[in-house]
Amino acid sequence: MAEQFEPIIIGFTCNWCSYRAADLAGTARVKYPPNIRLIRLMCSGRLDPTFVLKALAEGADAVMITGCHPGECHYIEQNYKTLRRYLLLRRVVAQMGIEPERVKLVWASAAEGVKLAKEIEILVEEIRAMGPLNWPGRMAHAQTAAGAMAGHTNGAGISQPIPEEVRA
Amino acid sequence: MSDNHEKERVGVYVCHCGTNISATVNVEDVAVWAREDMSDEGVVVSRDYKFMCSSLGQEMIERDIEEEGLTRVVVAACSPHLHEATFRGACDRAGMNPYLCELVSIREQVSWVHTDKEAATQKAKAVISGGIERVIENEPLDPLFVPIHPDTLVVGGGIAGIQAALEIADSGKKVYLVERDPSIGGHMAQFDKTFPTLDCAACILTPKMVTAGNHPNIELLTWSEVERVEGYVGNFVVTIKKKPRYVDTELCTGCGICWEKCPKKVIDTEYEAGVGYRTAVYTPFAQAVPKYPVIDPETCTFFLNGKCKACQILCPTDAIDFEQKEEFISVQVGNIILATGFDVFDARRIPQYGYGRLANVFTSLEFERMCNAAGPTNGEIVLRDGVTQPKSVGIVHCVGSRDRRYNNYCSVICCMSSLKFAHLVKEHTDAEIYDFYIDMRTAYKDYDEFYLRIMEEGTNFIRGRVAEITDAARNLEEEGKLIIQAEDTLAGRQRRIPVDMVILALALEPRHDANQVAKKFGISCSHSGWFIEKHPKLDPVATMTEGIFIAGAATGPKDIPSSVAQGSAAAARVLSFIGQGEIELEPIRATINAQQCSGCRICNTMCPFNAILFHEDLMVSEINHALCQGCGTCVAACPAGAISGSGFSNEQIMSQIEGMMRLDMPRLVEMVPV
Repeated sequence: MAEQFEPIIIGFTCNWCSYRAADLAGTARVKYPPNIRLIRLMCSGRLDPTFVLKALAEGADAVMITGCHPGECHYIEQNYKTLRRYLLLRRVVAQMGIEPERVKLVWASAAEGVKLAKEIEILVEEIRAMGPLNWPGRMAHAQTAAGAMAGHTNGAGISQPIPEEVRA
Repeated sequence: MSDNHEKERVGVYVCHCGTNISATVNVEDVAVWAREDMSDEGVVVSRDYKFMCSSLGQEMIERDIEEEGLTRVVVAACSPHLHEATFRGACDRAGMNPYLCELVSIREQVSWVHTDKEAATQKAKAVISGGIERVIENEPLDPLFVPIHPDTLVVGGGIAGIQAALEIADSGKKVYLVERDPSIGGHMAQFDKTFPTLDCAACILTPKMVTAGNHPNIELLTWSEVERVEGYVGNFVVTIKKKPRYVDTELCTGCGICWEKCPKKVIDTEYEAGVGYRTAVYTPFAQAVPKYPVIDPETCTFFLNGKCKACQILCPTDAIDFEQKEEFISVQVGNIILATGFDVFDARRIPQYGYGRLANVFTSLEFERMCNAAGPTNGEIVLRDGVTQPKSVGIVHCVGSRDRRYNNYCSVICCMSSLKFAHLVKEHTDAEIYDFYIDMRTAYKDYDEFYLRIMEEGTNFIRGRVAEITDAARNLEEEGKLIIQAEDTLAGRQRRIPVDMVILALALEPRHDANQVAKKFGISCSHSGWFIEKHPKLDPVATMTEGIFIAGAATGPKDIPSSVAQGSAAAARVLSFIGQGEIELEPIRATINAQQCSGCRICNTMCPFNAILFHEDLMVSEINHALCQGCGTCVAACPAGAISGSGFSNEQIMSQIEGMMRLDMPRLVEMVPV
């Protein structure tokens, strides 16, 4: 009897496109695995990179960032800023020892419920194959080794208190 | 986690939605879990109910707010896009700030997309847990109210723009109507007849143009373009560039002596679509509104080599002014309607149709001008030689439309205008007509009846896309003709039909500069380049930018009735805003804490709405809440953490993440052996 790893994925959605795509997937009864939990933002441009780090630090195995297709941003061009941050963020997480594939960017218009569901399915399969991240555990181990660094600003340069679990 | 858990009293309401949710999520179990396991997080009441959005469900929430002293409400039901306003309203009625209510979607994002009841229930708990943590960080917000300036800007003087301007002006409000050509009228002014009634376009359009030109509430700004748009709904400041006419409109009487005497004749590629001529000083057509001509400095002999001045010498009122410079004026308006229309497809892009190479291949616009009684041939349908009447005419549909190489969309009007061409050819000549179509699209009132009429008139219809138009004859019959090669998909064979003249029904395309215009006004274009509606079905003339409306073919291919309807619809939306006097805006806005701002100005460049201004004296940035659209990009960008975003604050999102991650799914589940 084999065991299957069930990852937890946090998804950030744009109020105008991908959140509506998720709504549409629901209305159309498109099925996708229950491993993803979606958070609504007004725009993918609102995505502070620390949100992604926070999700991973809280134990998520992957993060999916979603937004309007290039050229179709509700706020004109903010998804290009998301793209820039995403590319930088992948390098940052890689430097932290996390597989950059755990952070994924998907463009999905309000009409692309099926596409969003498919992308979720693909990411769940990829992360299942990759195995758990267990960043809280890894961080605790690393920090014990390196000495306490509590209160230090985090990777994105924004002062956010490091979560208790990480600090511990 | 926040210390607010002890202070706040949270109510959790889990909806069955009939069986839409309860069939996949164990809602009773979720309600019990919230009451028992989430009490440390501040949950004091938790209930499940068949239809939470019903009046009984809402009253239940209202009663609990009053009797249990709830300070926060979480409703786990459908998407916030459906019922957020409903539950916020219930909270408001019970005296709670509506923004302290959070709607968590467990229908669209859980019960409708998952099948495993246990996993779905677990996920429902996780997202509700996120909602509980988030709502505790919610702050009471008040809607923003912005006064509406009663004047309106209409951009584009085609039929949609004229209609919108007249509707608003007739209600007693002032309109600035900006048109970049010398006259209003748009594409409709170029047409001869209009389908399906065959009214003469000029007969129905020019009275409206004259009314718009003379209307006391309409300030006509032709030969002008919008240069810059600043401000926000209710309070836009628009800079308009008035291009030099080189004619003093105060003195000009429109007598026409200047263009009669102008010795320079050039091909008119705009109004006459390249089949007629105009002079260097000109009005596009006889009924132009306003009646004042413009001088085209690119072709005027005086501008080219400093000689001539015939118009100036002969003008009886001394209205010609070669020294005129472009002028910028600034107007304040509350709302803007964009009715900027369309461009036609460039037929040269399909070389196998031979346009530009084979003389007697005409475009639909050229044909419109040719059969117009006021056009270059006085309404005679003749070949390019200007004298020979065609004995056979081929009409080709979908030139640039419904074609993966050019535009996937249907251009809507071409089937009907092609049928109209078939009728006009029949009316003016004895020619045999061959009409090549892919599908005949004659939806809307009296359109299919028109199709029947044209069939009865004896037009030959061939169903199939034209492969090639060539002058390479294969036999004597084809000699000297244009041969249309097409697959007749009804007969199931290839056909070669020799004709004297071909008319290409061109696709409608977005204006070549639609993207720049959209950017200027802060709205978006679709992938194909048409302006995007706020909602394609339910809000077709509004845009995502408050106070900017769209009408006519700028939003996608449209016939005249639809363009007029949209012009009126946009006017109605504007008038309702003006009538309200002020507008309520969602209070999702970013705010800069001046104490924390380091003046780095990173946020300044992030904002596409120019909502962030920098105080040079204080070295801090500040956000104008009326301009801010609430996207939150600056909040995420601020390296000092000095910007907070109401409705989507860092605290709210961080807490939501914590809440969602509290409930681990069983991470290793036993797989059923295969």
